[in-house]
Amino acid sequence: MSVQTIAMLVKLGAFLIVLLTIIPVMVWVERRGGAMMQDRPGPNRLGPFGLLQPLADAGKFIFKEDITPSESDRLLYLLAPVLALIPAFSTFVVIPLGPTIEIAGVQVPMMVAPAETGVLLFLALASLGVYSLVIAGYASNNKYSLLGSIRASAQMISYELALTLSVVAVLLPVGSFRLDRVVEYQIDGVWNIIPQIIGFVVFLIAAFAETNRLPFDLPEAESELVAGYHTEYSAMRFACFFMAEYAAMTVLSALAVTLYLGGWHLPGVDLASMGILGVVIGAAVLLAKVGAFLFFFVWVRWSFPRFRYDQLMAIGWKGLLPLAIINLIWVAAASLAGWL
Amino acid sequence: MSVPVSWYLMLAAAMFAIGTAGALTRRNGITIFLSIELMLNSVNLTLISYSRLLDDRTGQVIVLFVLAVAAAEAAVGLALFIALYRHRRTIDVDRVNLMRW
Amino acid sequence: MELAIFLIFSALAVVSALVVVTHRDPVKSTLSLVVTLFSTGVLFLLLGAPFVGVLQVLVYTGAIVVLFLFVVMLLNLQREARSEGGGRLQRVFAIAGALAFLATSGVAIWRSAAGTAVGALQQDFVSLTAFATELFDRFLLPFEIIGLLLLVAVIAAYVLARRPEGSVAAAIDEHHAGSGAGGSEVTR
Repeated sequence: MSVQTIAMLVKLGAFLIVLLTIIPVMVWVERRGGAMMQDRPGPNRLGPFGLLQPLADAGKFIFKEDITPSESDRLLYLLAPVLALIPAFSTFVVIPLGPTIEIAGVQVPMMVAPAETGVLLFLALASLGVYSLVIAGYASNNKYSLLGSIRASAQMISYELALTLSVVAVLLPVGSFRLDRVVEYQIDGVWNIIPQIIGFVVFLIAAFAETNRLPFDLPEAESELVAGYHTEYSAMRFACFFMAEYAAMTVLSALAVTLYLGGWHLPGVDLASMGILGVVIGAAVLLAKVGAFLFFFVWVRWSFPRFRYDQLMAIGWKGLLPLAIINLIWVAAASLAGWL
Repeated sequence: MSVPVSWYLMLAAAMFAIGTAGALTRRNGITIFLSIELMLNSVNLTLISYSRLLDDRTGQVIVLFVLAVAAAEAAVGLALFIALYRHRRTIDVDRVNLMRW
Repeated sequence: MELAIFLIFSALAVVSALVVVTHRDPVKSTLSLVVTLFSTGVLFLLLGAPFVGVLQVLVYTGAIVVLFLFVVMLLNLQREARSEGGGRLQRVFAIAGALAFLATSGVAIWRSAAGTAVGALQQDFVSLTAFATELFDRFLLPFEIIGLLLLVAVIAAYVLARRPEGSVAAAIDEHHAGSGAGGSEVTR
C-alpha cells in the first residue's frame, strides 16, 4: 500500500476516534454546564462531578425497549436514523488537522480527502441531512412528527443558503475550495474573522439553525411538538439522532474554526516546519478551538428562549440572506481593491 | 483496467429508456415527473461521457446549465401540481381530462 | 479499482431507476431517485468532472428532490391504485418503444468509436480553474441567461402556488401577515 493510502487510513481512524469521543464529553458538558449556568447542581451522583453520566445514558439507550409504531412505514422508519448518521459522520473528511507534511518524499496533506472540491464536498454531504428529518417524520405516522419534520427540513434548507453564501465569501480571496489553502491564506494574513465579521456572524447563526439547536429548535421543542420528528423513536434509534446532532455540531464547529479562526494555526508559531510534531500541536490547537465553539453552542442553548417558527423563517430569508449577500459583495470589492 | 466510455453511454441509454417507459406508463403525475428527471439525468451522463471521450470541457459546462434548467422546471412543475391538486383533488393524469375529446 | 466503483454504482443506478418507475408509492419512488442521482454523481467523478459531480449531489439531490418530497408529503399522495384496464395497450407500446430505443442506441454505441480506450485523466482536464475559465469566458452569455431563467421560475412558482383570492386559507394568511409584526399587542 502506498504512503498516501496508509496516511489516509491513519487520518480516518484519528478523526473517527476523536468524533466518537467528543459525543459523550458533549453530553456531560451539556448537562453539567447547563446546570452551572442555571445555578443548579446537575448530574452529580455517578462518579466525581457526574463524569460517568454519559456511561449511564449509553446504558439506558442500549437497554431501553425498542418500539415500532404499528401503522408506520417500516422500511422508512428503520432507515431514518441511519440516514441521520451518514452526513454527520462523513463531512469531516475535508477538514485539515495540521500542516502538510512530507513522509518518505511524498507530500501528505492532513485531510482524509484532499479533493479539489473541498468545501463543496462538505456542503453536498451536509445537504443530505435533510432526508433523515423528512423520512423520520413521515414514517412515524404521527401528526406531530410530520409537522415537526416539515418545519425542521424547511428550516434546514432555508439556512443552508446563508451558510453557503458566507462560505463562498471566505473562498473568494483564497481562490480555491480546499481548506488547507484557506488555512494557509489565513496564516499569511489575518484570521478571516476580522475582515469578514459579518460573514462569521451569519455562519454562526446559520450553523445554529442547521443543527436544530436553540434558539432555533422549535421543530423538536418539548413544549411544542412533543419531540418533533423523533417523537416515535426510542432507545438506540433515538441515540442515532442524538449522536448525529452532536457530530453535526462538532463538524460544523470545525468548519467554522477552519474558515474563520485559522484552523490549526497557532499565532506566532510556525507549525509547518515542525513535521509530525507540528501536526500533533496543530491538531491539539484545532481541538481546543472546536471545544471552545462547542461550549459556545451549549452556552447559547441555556441562555436564550427559542424563536417562533415564522420568526425563524423570517430571520433566515429576510435577515441572514441579505446579510450574507452584502458580505459577499464587500469581500468581492475588497479583493478587487487588493485589500484581501 | 480502465472502463471504456461506451459502457457509460450504454448505462445512460438504459436509464433513458427506463425513464421513457416510466413517463409513458405511469398515471401518477409526480412519478411521471420523476421519470422525466431520470431522463434529464441520463442526458447529463451522456454529455459528460462525450466530454471525456473528446477531451473537451464543453459537455461539463452544458451539464451545469441542464442542472439549472431542471431545477427551474421542477419548481414550476411542482407549483402546477399544487395548483392542480387544489382544484381537482387528484394528481392522476387519467382523471385530469376536461379538455379531452 | 475504477472498474469496481463503476460496476457498483452503475448497478445501483439501474436498480434504483427501475424502482423509481415501477414502485406504487410516490415517496419510495422519490427516495429511489435520490439513490440514482447520487450514483450518477459518483459516475461523474469517475469521468473527470468532479465539480459537476459534487454540484449534482448538492443541487439535484440536496434541493430539487427535497422539493419533490415536500410536495408528495404535503399533498399526502397515496399509493397508485391498479389501473382500470384501457391503458394496457399504451403500456405495452411504451415499454416496447423504450426497448427498441435501447437496442438501437446500443448498436449505435457499439459500432461507434466510443469503445476505444481513452488516456488517463489529465490534471488540466479535471482542474476547477480551467472549468471556471471556460464557463465565464466562452459561456458567459448562457450563464447570465440561466440566472434570468431561475428568477422567472421563482416568480412563476410563487404565482402558480398562491392561494386563490377570497378563499378561507387566503384570509388566514392575510390576517397573519397583517398582524404578525404587531402580534404581541394582542396579548397586552
